[in-house]
Amino acid sequence: MDTLNLSWLLIAIPLASAGVLLVLGRRVDRWGHWLGVLASAASAAGAIAMLVELLGRGAADRSVGVHLFRWIPAGDLNVDAGLLVDPLSLTFVLLITFVGTLIHIYAVAYMEHDTDRRRFFAYLNLFVAAMLVLVLADSYALLFLGWEGVGLASYLLIGFWNYRSDYAVAAKKAFVMNRVGDMGMLVAMMALFATFGSVNYETVFAAAEGTNQGVLTLVGLMLLVGACGKSAQFPLQAWLGDAMAGPTPVSALIHAATMVTAGVYLIVRSGPIFEGAPTAQLVVVIIGAITLLFGAIIGCAKDDLKKALAASTMSQIGYMILAAGLGPIGYAFAIFHLVTHGFFKAGMFLGAGSVMHGMGEEVDMRRFGGLRRYMKVTYATFAFGWLAILGVPPFSGFWSKDKIIEAAFVGEGWRPLVFGSVALLGAGITAFYMSRLFFMTFHGEKRWNDGHSSTPDTAIARTPVQHPHESPRLMTVPMIVLAVGSVALGGLLSIGGVFTSWLEPVTGVVGDHEPVLPVWLLMTLTLAVVVVGLVLAWRQYAASSVPVIALAGSVLTRAARKDLYQDEVNDGLLVQPGQYLTRSLVYGDRQVIDGAVGGLGRVMVRLGDVTRRLQTGYVRSYAATMTIGLVALVAVVLATRI
Amino acid sequence: MQTQLAELPWLTILIVVPAVAALLIWLVKPLRRAARPIGLAVSVLVLAGAAVMVSAFDTSDAAAYQFTTTRSWIASFGASYDVGVNGLGLVLVLLAALLVPIVLLAAWNEVSLPAGVVAARASDALVYRQAGYVALVLVLESLMIAVFSARDVFFFYILFEAMLIPVYFMIGVYGGANRRYAAIKFLLYSLAGGLIMLAGVIALYFQTDGGPQAFRIDNLANAVDDPTLQMWLFLAFFVAFAIKAPMWPVHTWLPDAAQQGPPGTSVLLVGVLDKVGTFGMIALCLPLFPDAAKAAAPVIIALALISIIYGGLVAIGQNDLMRMIAFTSVSHFGFIVLGIFVGTQTGLTGSMVYMVAHGVSTAAMFLIAGFLTQRGGSQDMRSYSGMQRITPVIAGTFLVSGLASLALPGLSGFVPEYLVLLGSFQLHPAVGAIAVIGVVLAALYILMAYQRIFTGEPLEGRKSLTDLGGREKWVVAVLVAAILFLGFYPAPVLDVLAPVADQFAVILGSAS
Repeated sequence: MDTLNLSWLLIAIPLASAGVLLVLGRRVDRWGHWLGVLASAASAAGAIAMLVELLGRGAADRSVGVHLFRWIPAGDLNVDAGLLVDPLSLTFVLLITFVGTLIHIYAVAYMEHDTDRRRFFAYLNLFVAAMLVLVLADSYALLFLGWEGVGLASYLLIGFWNYRSDYAVAAKKAFVMNRVGDMGMLVAMMALFATFGSVNYETVFAAAEGTNQGVLTLVGLMLLVGACGKSAQFPLQAWLGDAMAGPTPVSALIHAATMVTAGVYLIVRSGPIFEGAPTAQLVVVIIGAITLLFGAIIGCAKDDLKKALAASTMSQIGYMILAAGLGPIGYAFAIFHLVTHGFFKAGMFLGAGSVMHGMGEEVDMRRFGGLRRYMKVTYATFAFGWLAILGVPPFSGFWSKDKIIEAAFVGEGWRPLVFGSVALLGAGITAFYMSRLFFMTFHGEKRWNDGHSSTPDTAIARTPVQHPHESPRLMTVPMIVLAVGSVALGGLLSIGGVFTSWLEPVTGVVGDHEPVLPVWLLMTLTLAVVVVGLVLAWRQYAASSVPVIALAGSVLTRAARKDLYQDEVNDGLLVQPGQYLTRSLVYGDRQVIDGAVGGLGRVMVRLGDVTRRLQTGYVRSYAATMTIGLVALVAVVLATRI
Repeated sequence: MQTQLAELPWLTILIVVPAVAALLIWLVKPLRRAARPIGLAVSVLVLAGAAVMVSAFDTSDAAAYQFTTTRSWIASFGASYDVGVNGLGLVLVLLAALLVPIVLLAAWNEVSLPAGVVAARASDALVYRQAGYVALVLVLESLMIAVFSARDVFFFYILFEAMLIPVYFMIGVYGGANRRYAAIKFLLYSLAGGLIMLAGVIALYFQTDGGPQAFRIDNLANAVDDPTLQMWLFLAFFVAFAIKAPMWPVHTWLPDAAQQGPPGTSVLLVGVLDKVGTFGMIALCLPLFPDAAKAAAPVIIALALISIIYGGLVAIGQNDLMRMIAFTSVSHFGFIVLGIFVGTQTGLTGSMVYMVAHGVSTAAMFLIAGFLTQRGGSQDMRSYSGMQRITPVIAGTFLVSGLASLALPGLSGFVPEYLVLLGSFQLHPAVGAIAVIGVVLAALYILMAYQRIFTGEPLEGRKSLTDLGGREKWVVAVLVAAILFLGFYPAPVLDVLAPVADQFAVILGSAS
């Protein structure tokens, strides 16, 4: 009990560290980054202590509330700041603090030459604190505090190099699109409060069963809107690609492993609401299915290494959302995939950072090639992440993604066939684009200038000379650790269903559900589409030469390169009408509403000119005049009375 | 000890002290040279007094008026000097007492001479101007404290009008290039509202039984039986308050006042004075004209929703930083008015907290914007770029106050906006769903301003600008601390406001 009562320290330590780093400023530039690492590591240590404590309890006692202080005691609404430590929240806490600490360590070296490294670590610590609030909160209100807190940290970190205007725009875009999602969160909370008089999980979930299905559907759909914003799901996905403007450790931690998965957490946590709202659940599955294809298609066309990984993240989270929408049979696998994805995707992002580090910040994969000989550790660790995301047995992704595909095939009617097929198809496309990415970067011939080119006229020779080299130990060690996770975590956690039974107190006990197709067939099919994707990619991007300048491509390729025209759609539907509205209102405010008053005002100014001698400009005479005026006013009142 | 302290006539002391200090600065010439330290000392004393009041306030009975003093004043027509505060009055008095020393400190070196003063006499003239500003601020402080504690309608009305005078000069004498236009516009708008209210006050008197205390609010509740007359009287008061608040469509004086007025003036004007409007809606309109308030509520809610959206959209389109902040306030006042008239306890609590939270965050925004624009010599956002690299403290604190303004949880703006939204949805889902659009607009206007001023490549001519100095850092630190306090631990404020909301929300009859 004592250990858990101190769980607020997990949040307080990185928060305090962030405060120190920001307030003390340049004075702590010399050691500030190590304070950041230490704060994150302290939280990770605390998380392990909590795990030990929880494992020492029976499964039924693994949900513990920790009351902190009165936050919003507003009478009808009464929200206390309190934490809920249970297997679900602790899973996230472990992921956030463990992966977070590794990425902190990596960033010490990655950001070494940045004059603002201290500020970077302040923001990273702020992010860790906010993300822990998000997952540990015991009410939607407190979750929302963490929710917006991670949004702020994301904004600050995407725009970390905001002296580049396009990066500043990317940061704002992320925050604003998230705010659109937040509208959904707020409406959901409004409906919860209006219905249950509370936004605490305990109260709401206890009362959810038997509540009007319409209300639950509204709440579920609105929560989904919030989840779409934070997790870059269709139709609020457009910010994630641009978010790659942030330094790569940020992309790894926030925009791959943790924050963007918050939407999955939200839906799984809100299980009791969604279970009473089948329509909302169906929409969740549909959104997940659309996004997993959307991201995968974009991923096939991107030449920017980080943006291709971002598209992959979007697609993988689509898988998780799809699983979360399936209800209790999907919850545990959604979270399981979230955890394994957290490891392998973070590992690959760190690998991408390592490649950029060795290649003078180049991100265009068409200018990579053959790097496996120059960056052996990066190559090996990336390879494990690649195999994991492909779902090749026995790597981590196999255990989690295959289960989602199986679960998608469970059910009756058209749904299992449609959603199962989409999930299956997605696995094939994933294999193609991830292999494409992997081969273009590490295999094939060099497409960069090594300084020895005999033909100085080629496009390659005109680019800066590259000296690809392996990254320092501080960067490779975190990559190695994450690679170990990519290899083994999935298998280890599957032994005897240890992970699913750990989550059971939250996700509920699920009986056996048979997919509409036999499991052995599904596994074979999955493996088959993965192999097809891999072989196609090998033939095109490793066995044959890759053009340095992208070819024009088909209609679909061109659309995918432009993110399936997501920005054009948003621009036409929202941005331009909005700008037009704003401009006309500003004009109207000046000319119409103010016009009448303005005319009167001009008359008075002219009147003022006439009587300027009376108004000598000195405070005294103004005041005297006004006082006399006021006295006169009072006198008039008195006179009318008497 | 506590009871002894509570027995002192605190409100009268807090009203008289700054007024006397202002008078002394005005009348005793030698004091003028020390006007700034005197003003600061007096305002800090007032703040200390307000703090004592807070500690002596009986929280368990927060809806009741405390520290009451009643003296007969103009007995012949029923006006009395009657002061006292409930939880709402208390926090607004505290807000005023907190912001005045901050404004004085912020404006320490910012009162300058207008162009064209002969150099030989510049030193004397500057002292004169600085002393004048300090005296005006102190007079205003006295009036603000009085208006938030007035419990007599006539006394309230006199204060409501009297406040215009110092503000008129603070804009018209100490403001920017177009200050006269802005000051007169402010005065005209306010006088128009005041006149309508005066008609209401006079008409109200004829509804009373007379007597020396006829204008006491307690004696006026439900004094007007005739529904038509009640509606007219309600409108007379409401229009005056709506102009002050300011609500769409009678908001257009505020952008000019904020653009032309010195930042400190805008802080007191928007941060505190405008709250008199929403305070009046709660403290006068609801108890005096309950039926009319209920009948008019749907229209007012619609206007409040328009204010929220309209203010946000127009704020997005501004180029002048101060005008931008002014329009954000139009949007925020929309939220406050909305919470008052949705008639739920949650919404009303939210509105009252909003009044305090908005005071703090807007004060921070105006002052920090002022620090920047005084350095850069321009209020046009387009004339800045990349300032985060040059003035990181200004950038960081502007962002914090901006985030408070867009209601980021953990900062002052969140809890009140959240409560208003929750309370609005209780009345009708559509009301909450429309109001929530303001959340996205807020993100746009704040972050677009931040993007334009602070991101991108720094401009060549701006690289020599300096970051905040020691005095300015203290000013901002106090406000940021208040922003964080209200975000993370608003419980003490809620404890004194929620009971007041309990009492007043019942009036609109749809309390849950």
